[in-house]
This record gives sequence, C-alpha cells and structure tokens, in this order.
Amino acid sequence: MRLKYVLNEVLVGLWRNVTMTIAMIITMAVSLTMLGASVLLYMQVDQMKNFYYGEIEVSIFLRTDVTDAQRQAIDSAISANPLVADKTYETREEALKRFQELWKDSPEFVNSVGPNSLPESFRVKLKDPETYKTFTDQMTGMQGIQDIIDQRALLDKVFNIFNAIQVGALVVAGVMALAALLLVGNTIQVAAYSKRREVAVMKLVGASNWFIQAPFVLEAVVAGVIGALLGFIFLFVSKLVLLDNKLQALTNILTPIDNGNVWLMLPLLAGVGAVVSAVTAWVTLRFYLKV
Amino acid sequence: MIQLENVTKTYPKASRPSLDDVSVGIEKGEFVFFIGPSGSGKSTIIKLLLHEVAPTQGKVMVNTKDVTSIRSWKIPHFRRSIGCVFQDFRLLPNRTAYENVAFALEVIGKTKAVSRRVVPEVLELVGLGGKEHRYPHELSGGEQQRVAVARAFVNRPLILLADEPTGNLDPDTSIEIMRLLDRINRTGTTVVMVTHDSNIVNQMRRRVIEIESGRIVRDQARGVYG
Repeated sequence: MRLKYVLNEVLVGLWRNVTMTIAMIITMAVSLTMLGASVLLYMQVDQMKNFYYGEIEVSIFLRTDVTDAQRQAIDSAISANPLVADKTYETREEALKRFQELWKDSPEFVNSVGPNSLPESFRVKLKDPETYKTFTDQMTGMQGIQDIIDQRALLDKVFNIFNAIQVGALVVAGVMALAALLLVGNTIQVAAYSKRREVAVMKLVGASNWFIQAPFVLEAVVAGVIGALLGFIFLFVSKLVLLDNKLQALTNILTPIDNGNVWLMLPLLAGVGAVVSAVTAWVTLRFYLKV
Repeated sequence: MIQLENVTKTYPKASRPSLDDVSVGIEKGEFVFFIGPSGSGKSTIIKLLLHEVAPTQGKVMVNTKDVTSIRSWKIPHFRRSIGCVFQDFRLLPNRTAYENVAFALEVIGKTKAVSRRVVPEVLELVGLGGKEHRYPHELSGGEQQRVAVARAFVNRPLILLADEPTGNLDPDTSIEIMRLLDRINRTGTTVVMVTHDSNIVNQMRRRVIEIESGRIVRDQARGVYG
C-alpha cells in the first residue's frame, strides 16, 4: 500500500507540473544525448587508433636526381634496420598509376600531373609505429632522400579534430546538465511547496523522512530516466540515419560504429540521468523540507 | 512522563531566552495547562517536546527518553507517541474527515484495513459519527477541531499536546472541545495544553503552570487562571 501511495504521488506530482516536467525531460534528454555522443566518439577514436596505427607506413620520398648508388644505399639501410617489419618500393610510374586510379573522377586534375611530378618512394612498415621518430632520425642523414612522411602525423591531425568535437560535445553536455540540474531543483521546490500542507501533517504525525522525500526524489528520477530514454532513442536513430545511410562514405573511412557500443549507452545514460536527478532532488529537499 | 530539567532556550538573535532555567515534571495521565501572555515561552515548550527545536541548555525527557539525544532519523518514530492539536486545525482541505484521519495512519505505515477499522471508531469517539465524508469546508470550526483531535488521537499516543486548541472557537464550542480532551485524558493519555483562555482554565480546575518571561511563576494543582 505504501508503494502504491508513493507511486501515485509521483504520477500526480509529474502531471500537476507538466510543463516543468517536460522542460526537465527535454533538457535532460539533450544533455544526455550529448554525453552519449561524446562517449561514443571517444570509443570510436580509440578503436580507429588501434585500427589505423596497425596499418600506417612511413613513406621515404626520393629526390628526382637520386642516383642508383644512393637508392641502393637507402634500400639496404632500410632492410638492415631492426625497426623495420616490411618495405615496398614504388617507382614513379607506379606512383602515377596509383594517383590516376585514386583521382579518376577528376580527369583535369590527373592530366595536370606529368609523369615526372611524382617522386619514387620506399613504403616502410615499422614493427612498432611508435618508433617512427627513431627510424626517421636514423634515415634523415642519407643522400638522395627528399622527404620522410609518417602517416601517423596525418592521422593525428584527424584524431585531433575528433577530440575537439568530443570535447565540444562534452561541454554542451555539461552546460545542458547544469540547466537540467537547475530545472530539477526548481521542479522539486514547486512540488514541495504545492504539497507543503501534506508534508507538514506527515512530519507532525511522524512519517519517516524517506517516506516524505521518496515521492519527490522519484519524481525527479522518473523524469531523468524518461529523458535518458529519449536521449538514447535520438542517439540510436541518428546513428542509423546519419552514419549508416546518409554519411555512409564517411563511415567507411572511419571504422563502423558497433551497434553494441550504442546499446551500451542505454544503461549509461539511464544511470547518469537517474543518479543526477536523484542527488539534485535530495539536496534540494535538504534545504526546503527541514525535518 | 515529561520532565524538563533546568531548560533554557535562547533562539538565535534573540536578546533574552524564551525559556529561562525551567524545571517541571508531569506525571502520566495528568492534565496540565500552560498559561501566560503571548511571547512568554509557552509554545516553546510544545516545540521542545516535539523536538522541533533543541534546548540551549538543560534536559528534556519524554517518556523516560532524553529527547535531545534522539538521533535525527529516529525523531519521526518518536513523534508517533505524541499527538498534536493546533489553533488552526491543520487539516488537508482536499480530503474528507475520514481521509484526513486515515492519512495520518497510512503515512506511518498502517494498512488501509487498519484505518477502515480504527478511523470510524475514533470519529465516533470525537462525536463526528455520520460526518466522516464531509470536507473540512463543510464542517464548522468546532467540528474541524474534532477531526484534528481524532487525527492526533487515532494512533493512541501517550501524550496529547494542544497548542491553543480553542483559540479560533467560540466559548460554547470551546467547552465542547475541552470535554473531548477531558475524555481523552480519562483514557490515561497525558494532556498538555497551552492556552490563554481564562474561562476554560477556570472551569476545568486542573493543574496550572503559569509562565512569564520564560520563567515559571506559578505551579498549582487544581488552579485557576488567576
């Protein structure tokens, strides 16, 4: 019977103040969506790092006036280097062919590039991509090398952009969370005020503190969890519509987002939503329902 | 049953104490009036007994328990042994007489079955038989106070505190309420009543404790308002 009473009070409370409840749910949903997106992005960047760092190569581009002897010296220096796992050699013709293949959709661009514009190169795969710096230092002094480029540096730029987006999403999540907190606090105040007579009588006749406070706290928790559900649905739909359809090309470059990871957001968002609402409500009640 | 030992209560920012070194003992089953002018500290005694406020100094014993040493989470449970009636009734306007009394039972964990058995009984006792389903605004002041007394008594408390229960009532109705409190007292319940209704005090001829500026100036068995 007590449970029934508490649940009934929760529903009545949410309905009595329905505009505030909706505002609370929406801010909660947006805030939690941002949090979920941010966490997903974080996991994604991690996964991509693992994936791409295994694939990356160091390219050693040779000067156009490189001599056979210099090329030979570089080749054996790479082969002899203990850091190297594998190497391939690419002639100018091969480089051009690959370039034409890559940009076959823009013939003007391809035609503007002459057969000698692209340098020949060694593509070196390191045993451990982290040793890139040592390897570069060892090779730099050699004659006939135009440039040494590590794809890792390029990838890091991409990852920096992702990190920036992630931080941005976190900031938005934080700001919205603050708004959500204030709304929860305000809603609880209004609810406590509208039930001040009941609360006074309950205190008078000795109802336990949890019994007085539970309906208010649960009210906030229910709103928080509904917000979390909406946030999760929004996140999932965005993932399906945007990444799996509209922006599929992008997804293929990035590594696909695992649906399992998205599902993981449901307990996370619900948990964060519920705990944050409950704590805020409880703290608010400490001030407004002195027992 | 109730024991105040050298109790002093000074509210924050107050220039002088509301209660100043007050010692008084009340036995089980007694009926006691606290009288005195407004601001003399009468109502502070009620608040101390309910542990709404804590004494600045001294000891407040209720039912052999030191009230100040009760842990805050146990205070609700402690209050269940005390019934309370106020000048302004404090009924819930959107609930009937029956529901008001049942509410008090159900929020301390009694089942609906218990209230179905007990509430009509206590409403009958206070003389509201047949008016169970009236709302407070459909009842007279005296009837509303009877509901409040029923609510205070339904849990069979050891002590009934009444803070100017007749303050809003006309003399005839006041006397009816006093008869009711007297009847409750005869069941063995200790009744402590704060009032400045001289008429009632003189009629009842019960123990009178007079307070002035926070000190007890008179404690008289079978006293009058004076």
